[in-house]
Amino acid sequence: MLILARRIDESIMIGDQIEVSIVDVKGDHVKIGITAPKNVKVYRKEVYLAIQNENIEAVKAKPDIIPALSNLFKERAKKSDEEKKE
Amino acid sequence: MKVNSKAYGPIEVDERQKIYFPSGILGFENLKYYVLLDAKQQPFYWLQSMDVVEIAFVLIDPAVFRPDYKLDVTKEELEEIGIKNKQDILCFAIVTIPENLSAMTANLQGPIIINRSTRVGRQSINTDPKWKVRHSIMKELASLRQETC
Repeated sequence: MLILARRIDESIMIGDQIEVSIVDVKGDHVKIGITAPKNVKVYRKEVYLAIQNENIEAVKAKPDIIPALSNLFKERAKKSDEEKKE
Repeated sequence: MKVNSKAYGPIEVDERQKIYFPSGILGFENLKYYVLLDAKQQPFYWLQSMDVVEIAFVLIDPAVFRPDYKLDVTKEELEEIGIKNKQDILCFAIVTIPENLSAMTANLQGPIIINRSTRVGRQSINTDPKWKVRHSIMKELASLRQETC
């Protein structure tokens, strides 16, 4: 990993289109400004990891699960209809 | 076309059910080909990997329990899978199912979007922080029905 020391208002170029600048530093809190072309997506890493982990959880679904889910749905709808009548 | 599916074993599927994910799905980047198995039991679907039988996602149309769901992705991201107008968008949320089924959740932060006409798809990241990876389907369905009563 390349490690560069920077001060507030200094920046780093990644290629010739992406600029990462240090906007502010307060204790362990760093504000970073990123200028990048629209086709480069910038996200906090936690967002990526959360989605990745959720996908890994989701594939654990049991193969015969859908009829049970579908029934839950129907029951819920029925209950709502009954509530409506009351 | 024959596909080995986690839910139904070997089944015959139509070529039109095949969906190409050029970048895979987060955490499963190497798997590029899936089939969308619809739903004898609405409103759920299976997204079944064509390469690994164990890899299959349960999907739901988010509009079923969150009619206010808005896909907030950049134009560039849509263009990447060839979507030029909104009518081409098919949007699903991946469902996570814990042991207690009624606690099932849907991932509205990382929706699956598919180009209806070319059948190319991707997992996107919704930029609106309102949408999380775990939305309780039953709870939000219940509160939705109360509102409409």
